[in-house]
Amino acid sequence: MSEEGAAAGGAAGEGGAGDVEEFVLETAPFDPRFPNQNQTKHCYTSFLDHKRCVKARGEEFAACDYFRRVYTSLCPNAWVAKWEEQIQAGTFPGNI
Amino acid sequence: GFQNASSPLMEQLIFFHDHTLTILILIISIVGFNLFSTMHNTNIDQHMMESQGLELFWTIIPSFILIFIGLPSIRLLYLLDEVYNPAITIKTIGHQWYWSYEYSDFINLEFDSYMIPSNEMEMNMFRLIDVDNRMMAPLNSQVRTLITAADVLHSWTVPSMGIKADAVPGRLNQVNFYTNRPG
Repeated sequence: MSEEGAAAGGAAGEGGAGDVEEFVLETAPFDPRFPNQNQTKHCYTSFLDHKRCVKARGEEFAACDYFRRVYTSLCPNAWVAKWEEQIQAGTFPGNI
Repeated sequence: GFQNASSPLMEQLIFFHDHTLTILILIISIVGFNLFSTMHNTNIDQHMMESQGLELFWTIIPSFILIFIGLPSIRLLYLLDEVYNPAITIKTIGHQWYWSYEYSDFINLEFDSYMIPSNEMEMNMFRLIDVDNRMMAPLNSQVRTLITAADVLHSWTVPSMGIKADAVPGRLNQVNFYTNRPG
């Protein structure tokens, strides 16, 4: 079930002398606000934070992208799609 | 026994299990031997009423044994709760009756994984365990798996890594593991 992956984590990738480029695996880091097994709030809070960030600063603000990457990594696509639909329909229960 | 470990935490769990079981077997053999030999011994000592020394001995020795068992246990308990920065996040979603996996860190990769029924199985496949699309994880990486379900309660487990977590609809359960063995 595992396969040899290219280098994980570590320093920024160099060009690489051979055929294979160093590829750095990155994902949502450990968040001390959510240290336990239940990560539902982590996903939901990141989604809300992204929407609020975009509402406050606009789509082009680069720092909002961090939240977008976190919730994309953490939240199941079905949940994100459902929430987006609710936002479109104006029935989203959260406070944005 | 257990399956061979494919993650460092499972190795530690297996070592602790073997260590504790060894101690238990020793205790049971010694006590069992004493019990058996006492039952079959027809000599009776009328003057043996009490013995402080013996009682002290068999109070102190078990307390040492318990410390020997307890220290690795506490160590392992805290080791299992270590925090990590994972290298990759894999979402596992349970449906009736298949799993779907999403890898969303870079490209949005999703696929379903159905069990291969016995009548379609070829030789050298694992019966009732093999699937059409396997979940792949990179080697030598800390992997975070978020487990949930779409409909009813499921449970996701990899016994050789010592992982088991329930897949609950509406809840994301996080399980961390380190892949140090391929396969």
